[in-house]
Amino acid sequence: MRDMIRSPLTWITLVALAVAAVLPWYVSAYILGILTVAYYFGVFAMGWDLLFGFAGEVNFGPTFLIGVGAYASGILNNLYGLSPYLCIAIGALAAVVAGLVLAVPALRVRGPYFGLTTLVAVLILQSFVVVFADLTGGEIGLTIPDVLSIDAGVNYWIALVFMTVSGLIMFGLAQSPVGLILQASGQDPVQAGALGFNIIKHKLAAFVVSAFFSGLSGALLVFYMGTASVGTVVDIAVGVQVIVAAVLGGRRTVIGAALGAIFLIVAGEFLRPTGEIATFIVSAVALLVILFFPNGFLGSILARGARS
Amino acid sequence: MTAAPATADRAAPLLQVRGLTKRFGGLTAVKNLSLDLYGGEIFGLIGPNGSGKSTAMKSIMGIERPTAGDVIFQGENLAGLPAHRIARRGFGMVFQHSRPLNRQTVLENIMVALLPDSLTKVWPDRSLAANARRIAERVGLGPVIGRRPPTLPFADLRRLELAKAIARDPKVVLVDEPFAGLTLAEVATFSNLIRGFRDEGRAVLLVDHNVKSVAALVDRVLAMYLGEEIVTGRADEVMRNETVRHVYLGGAIETSARPEVDFKGKVPILEVQNVSVHYGKAQALDNVSIHVHQGEFVSVVGLNGAGKTTLFNTVSGLLPYSGEILRGGQPLRGHSAAHIARHGIVQCPETRELFGEMTVRENLDLGGQHLESDEKAKQLAWLFELFPILKERQGQMAQTLSGGEQQMLAIGRALMMRPDLLILDEPTLGLAPVILEQLSKALEKLRQTTPITVLLGEQNVTFALPHADRVYVLEHARIVWEGDPARFAAEAGADYL
Repeated sequence: MRDMIRSPLTWITLVALAVAAVLPWYVSAYILGILTVAYYFGVFAMGWDLLFGFAGEVNFGPTFLIGVGAYASGILNNLYGLSPYLCIAIGALAAVVAGLVLAVPALRVRGPYFGLTTLVAVLILQSFVVVFADLTGGEIGLTIPDVLSIDAGVNYWIALVFMTVSGLIMFGLAQSPVGLILQASGQDPVQAGALGFNIIKHKLAAFVVSAFFSGLSGALLVFYMGTASVGTVVDIAVGVQVIVAAVLGGRRTVIGAALGAIFLIVAGEFLRPTGEIATFIVSAVALLVILFFPNGFLGSILARGARS
Repeated sequence: MTAAPATADRAAPLLQVRGLTKRFGGLTAVKNLSLDLYGGEIFGLIGPNGSGKSTAMKSIMGIERPTAGDVIFQGENLAGLPAHRIARRGFGMVFQHSRPLNRQTVLENIMVALLPDSLTKVWPDRSLAANARRIAERVGLGPVIGRRPPTLPFADLRRLELAKAIARDPKVVLVDEPFAGLTLAEVATFSNLIRGFRDEGRAVLLVDHNVKSVAALVDRVLAMYLGEEIVTGRADEVMRNETVRHVYLGGAIETSARPEVDFKGKVPILEVQNVSVHYGKAQALDNVSIHVHQGEFVSVVGLNGAGKTTLFNTVSGLLPYSGEILRGGQPLRGHSAAHIARHGIVQCPETRELFGEMTVRENLDLGGQHLESDEKAKQLAWLFELFPILKERQGQMAQTLSGGEQQMLAIGRALMMRPDLLILDEPTLGLAPVILEQLSKALEKLRQTTPITVLLGEQNVTFALPHADRVYVLEHARIVWEGDPARFAAEAGADYL
């Protein structure tokens, strides 16, 4: 605890959050809209880092979990008109169940096969959405009748609070005894086993937590946008963006992943006037960071701190 | 099986291993191994590389699932349980290599080992830190408790491994090569720590390459070879055992150095000058100088862990080093491993590195990739004459070959590259005596019929000496002896094992 109070990172985070909290009084609804999406992406990326950074498992299909949460909540609202909050909660649970169904068999295979399984899961979800168009809205997208709020500022605060709370929980979990066991399992599974830890159990738990936050965030995102489509919450490209964000921000930092996501979304938006070039520039920056600073923004800073 | 040692609890062994067998595909790594481990004793499991001792230890710990046999601990058969369940029964294992949590302190790393296997443990106990601190003091980590592993010297990282293994007060402690990479002073300290475990009544099972290094520490030793027990007894008895000596040294030493050629004024094909190599904090080569002339057959003998593989990997351009390596007078520094191999220095590594899912023929063709097709055919025909078995097995997948055949294929593939200098790293690893003889004949033929230069690294002196024109002895990262093979027996042989 004392370390945390003394750490400059804690103070920087607090200042950044304070600044973020008062933004609605100073910036346009347009910018708030971009940041709202960015914060939801931040949670996607943090959930992904919990799996990759700590459990050591590469999930190539973060959008499987996100998409299940988004579509499950959206469909419920669309069909039965359940309250948005209930839909969102059910969406998160659906993502956990879907995640378990995927991870229980997938975690038994080793190495790249886990990653491949998650990738295939995305393709299956994508086909499901397209094939069952009556239910899902297919390629046109699913219209969601209810919204959380029509006020840009309120939507922004919901996203900010949600990201902050999710970040706190996941960061705290990562630093807790359970998180330490998870790190040990990710880093040296044989030794973790010999120390008496059931690695599969711990990785599965990490997957469940990751699925819960991804699904929850996915559900919140579609209720903010009023629509769910393959292009926004399921497509492989969206998943790649989540992965790039997490790696960019710094593996095994949780908070860094959120920073990376905000950077990616905001930079993409600022460069939008340049047209097609925008994606190229953002991707090029991401590639350079991954190649030359594989620890990411926050990881590089922390590594310097650890050496001194 | 000999009687229990005097110090041990005579009542009943703590751990009984019966008929332990582990097969990997067609390879039997551990064959029908039985041993008794008593509380309050240190038991050594000894054997050269590939003898199955590490596999035996991993099978006891549950890291490998035994194919057959029982591991009976306090009346319960643990064979087949996963490692984490066996660990919770009262087993701790000290790994030779491990990856500690680098962002956590030494104290936190030890605390991890103390945690229960629970998903609800979100808040650490207060007693945890105090416990971890006590364990740290116990293994001598007290002064560095707040530091992170990347800043620690090698010996302290090994202490951390000891600390983690004994954290939950195990009744059985398994130690994989306790002294690898340690200095003599550190060996003494670690010996005392391990004796401390024994004096607390724990049963300690050590795995090591040779009896010599652990002789002073162990109460009893089981020597194994090719997955089977040779003999069990006190260290000095085992060291005197004929079969054990035969395994390490081979039988009577024969030598057949060719008449000395005058190399004066000639530039050696390979010259290693004052080369030192470090693995992180452990020194693997210490100021090593050797040279090999065109057409020579030079053997580097040394026990496992002496630095032979490191030396060869350094020459092959795989490791950073200080000092100089010259190839025909030209420095090799700065050239990639691929460049060095393409320009005639070809290593046939200890681990063989075959492409297991390709056929024998495909493996050989890959070696001869750069040759014109008619030359390749000629080389292949020559090779099949040298190793007729490879011709028969052409269409078979490499991973289905026996150990001896795999070794021949590895050498064959290296020869397909038509090396000027062939580096053979421990070709006898894990091979039965009858296979050694075949391999030996092939080497003899190679030496008689081609102008090839060979640098051979071996633990098995009987295999290394007959072909050699000159011998180096490598011990603890240093060259300690150089001379012709005939003098080896008289001058260096006695101290070797």
